[in-house]
Amino acid sequence: MNIRLQRAVLALSVPVLALVLSVLVISLVLFLADDPIGAVWQVLRTAPAERNWANIIDKTTIYYLSGIAVAIGFRMNLFNIGVEGQFLVAALMAAFVAGEAWLPGYLNTGVAIIAAMVAGGLYAGIAGVLRAYRGVSEVISTIMLNAVAVGLTAFITRELAKSATQSNVSVVQTKLIPEESWIPNISIGDGPASEIYGFVVIAVVAGFVYWFMINRTRFGFDLRATGQSLTAAVASGINVKRMTVVAMMISGAFAGLVGLPYIFGEYHSYGSTFPAGLGFTGIAVALIGRNHPIGVALGALLFAFLDEQSNKLQIDAGVSPEIVKIMQGTILLMVVISSEVVRRYGLRLEQQHVARVLAQRDPASPPAEGVEGAERVKGVDGDGTHAATTLPATPGAVRDADDQPEEAPL
Amino acid sequence: MTQAVPHPDGASTTGGPPDDLAVQLRGIGKRFPGVIANDDINIDVRRGTIHAIVGENGAGKSTLMKILYGVQPPDSGTITINGRQLSLSSPADAIKAGVGMVFQHFMLADNLTVVENVVLGAERLHGIGRAARREIMRISDAYGLGIEPDRLVEELGVGARQRVEILKVLYRGATLIILDEPTAVLVPQEVEELFDNLRGLKQEGLSVIFISHKLDEVRAVADEITVIRRGTTVTTVTDPRSVTSRQLAELMVGAELPSPSTETSTVTDTVLLSVRDLTLPAPDGRPLLDAVSLEVHRGEVLGIAGVEGNGQAELVEAIMGMRPGVTGAIELAGVDISRSSTLDRREAGIGYIPEDRHRHGLLLDAPLWENRILGHQSRPPSSSRGLIRSRAARQDTERIIEDYDVRTPGPNVLARALSGGNQQKLIVGREMSSDPILLIASHPTRGVDVGAQAAIWDHIKTARRNGLAVLLISADLDELIGLSDRIEVILRGRLVGTFDPASVTPEQLGSAMTGATSDEGQAVTA
Repeated sequence: MNIRLQRAVLALSVPVLALVLSVLVISLVLFLADDPIGAVWQVLRTAPAERNWANIIDKTTIYYLSGIAVAIGFRMNLFNIGVEGQFLVAALMAAFVAGEAWLPGYLNTGVAIIAAMVAGGLYAGIAGVLRAYRGVSEVISTIMLNAVAVGLTAFITRELAKSATQSNVSVVQTKLIPEESWIPNISIGDGPASEIYGFVVIAVVAGFVYWFMINRTRFGFDLRATGQSLTAAVASGINVKRMTVVAMMISGAFAGLVGLPYIFGEYHSYGSTFPAGLGFTGIAVALIGRNHPIGVALGALLFAFLDEQSNKLQIDAGVSPEIVKIMQGTILLMVVISSEVVRRYGLRLEQQHVARVLAQRDPASPPAEGVEGAERVKGVDGDGTHAATTLPATPGAVRDADDQPEEAPL
Repeated sequence: MTQAVPHPDGASTTGGPPDDLAVQLRGIGKRFPGVIANDDINIDVRRGTIHAIVGENGAGKSTLMKILYGVQPPDSGTITINGRQLSLSSPADAIKAGVGMVFQHFMLADNLTVVENVVLGAERLHGIGRAARREIMRISDAYGLGIEPDRLVEELGVGARQRVEILKVLYRGATLIILDEPTAVLVPQEVEELFDNLRGLKQEGLSVIFISHKLDEVRAVADEITVIRRGTTVTTVTDPRSVTSRQLAELMVGAELPSPSTETSTVTDTVLLSVRDLTLPAPDGRPLLDAVSLEVHRGEVLGIAGVEGNGQAELVEAIMGMRPGVTGAIELAGVDISRSSTLDRREAGIGYIPEDRHRHGLLLDAPLWENRILGHQSRPPSSSRGLIRSRAARQDTERIIEDYDVRTPGPNVLARALSGGNQQKLIVGREMSSDPILLIASHPTRGVDVGAQAAIWDHIKTARRNGLAVLLISADLDELIGLSDRIEVILRGRLVGTFDPASVTPEQLGSAMTGATSDEGQAVTA
């Protein structure tokens, strides 16, 4: 089989395998909890109403942006847990800039979006600089920056609210954005409940930009190369420190978009009731989507769908809505497990393919036993002694009996 | 193949093995889907002998050793150890049967002492206290291993570490010791010490299986030599003194042999690379590089000889701009590049074949065409104006596959799926593809088979004829002597001597490498 086709088939087998495994595990959980298994799957199989679809698409948009932001870091082996903090800072920045309305109409919107991305990027850049020049793990620093962001945005919001000349002090929020700078919602049916955020268009564009940047540009190549092998990246001339900072900043800039559908499509200001937790969902969504622009979209859709169905599960099937969290966790685990299993299987297939093609093409050549991946991996067995693992080497050609020397010519 | 193992005792597959056989392998076969790794392997190892197994990379030695060490079960054939036919299903079984394996890459915990390393994982034998220590010293004395029990492993030289590995398997009760390429990391003097140790083991009645490429060494130490080619035993030589290395090598490859001999000198007066007073301080004491100065001319191959860990890796990385903190001047074709980035140096015309192709040379999980781009991201044909040109990169990869004889179904295959030799040929092809003026080749033929080795030598020679300057770092003294126009010896970060490859012997180089002839007059290994 053609190697690229084979890879595509393998890639598709990951979600199928994961889905089957997830259904099994979730059914088992339901069984152990004495919940109605059939009813749960029945609810999940029924198509959502139009109104629910609007909610699902809205949430998908937000989860997707968050997932893409995390995926950019993942591509370089950076674990940006700070999308949460970055999007809070950015959303506040967007609300502030748009609320001040220095420019008219959509010009104002555009500037506010850019300001949000810059704010998110700079905030993430702190972790990038710490990682690149001081060796601080970005996991630690972004977690702490999340905590800082929560406090910081709350403080600034309060300060802004004071100066926003509002009589009603119980509502802590920034100035309302003028209506001419809102991003209009798109209707997918009847009534205001069937409208989705216009920001969905920007999310699609963001997905395309992500794909193009990663796969088509030299910068994306450098980013992936650094993620795959730091040492090889250094030897190839990539400035790894700069890449770390830049990748982190771009991740933060995308994170800056996460809260904007709310700002421009729903709340039109940043206040103390602004939703939280979106950045963490992004981590799960990026993992499920294997950092692929379309995969992340599907992962976001799945999570949004399950979120939306949790009420129905409670009403129609009588199970606790928390089952949705269990489902999301299970699916995440199963995707990670199946993609690793499929990756190893695919690698083995490929090594065999290479060996076979070479054996057919050139039976007189020495067998290519040293398929390196299989050769190098060494493990430690139970006795503490060293054993090469049982990863199969895939040696090459069949012996050609006619090619042997008669007797030892010695 | 019926007469493949002419054995003096006339051992046959039908009769029981004679008493003096430590190991008898009969008709061992191992298939992987689509391919055959081992086919009808027959080997007799007599007790109290050193039995060498030689063969090209990929001939099936590793698979055979994995079978003998219980890592993989054979599909067919029998393994008889000390007269008992066994089926080994794990290394634990093999250890129980008295088989011990010393891997090429040492598996020692640097931050533990020798005693701790030996006892680790075998605590049940003699505990971890005084009894274990006594046993270790007993073994060390019995076989003349000269173990220093309380030293930290990180303080030990390569040779001493290897003795610890041997002691480890002896401690676990091995009577048959398999050594996989044990001399690859040693200098000639250390090799002699190792051989003395092996002879000691032999005298005590232990058996040794010795896997190697280096035929001179095999002939020097082995009592019998079995040659493996393409998964099967070609012949067993019962008197190593009756064959020449060349004959053995021809048995291994089944064809006429290439040699790395140089042709007429193409050295010119034009200095292409000039390095002056290159120094790299270490955080603790002795600098990693100490005022290294050298020049490489157009059309010249400058060889750097040295025991591993004496600054060669640092020298290369300093010239490539991969090391912060380097002082001194580096000029490439008259232009000062000592402040340039690695990318700028590459663009200025340095091709780089790294020492460790897996860590520095390749993205193993990326297709070959992406590996073609690596290190050439900024240059056509793989990229232009910041965008990756995947089609052009694929086409150019196909050119490399063709010109450099990379054995692969195509450019979309993952780098990991290729054998080491083919990976290395791809790297050589890539580094030569943008017409470099200087090639830094660090162990260019390490771990590749004889065929690929000859091809790589040819490419280096051709490039040298075309006016390339080559800085060649190698642990293979034959390769250095064969390819270089001049050899510098590096010891503890300093260049300590210049040799003419036309007149120098490996022994002389070995002495210089260990400092035996240097002004400090004391042999220091690693």
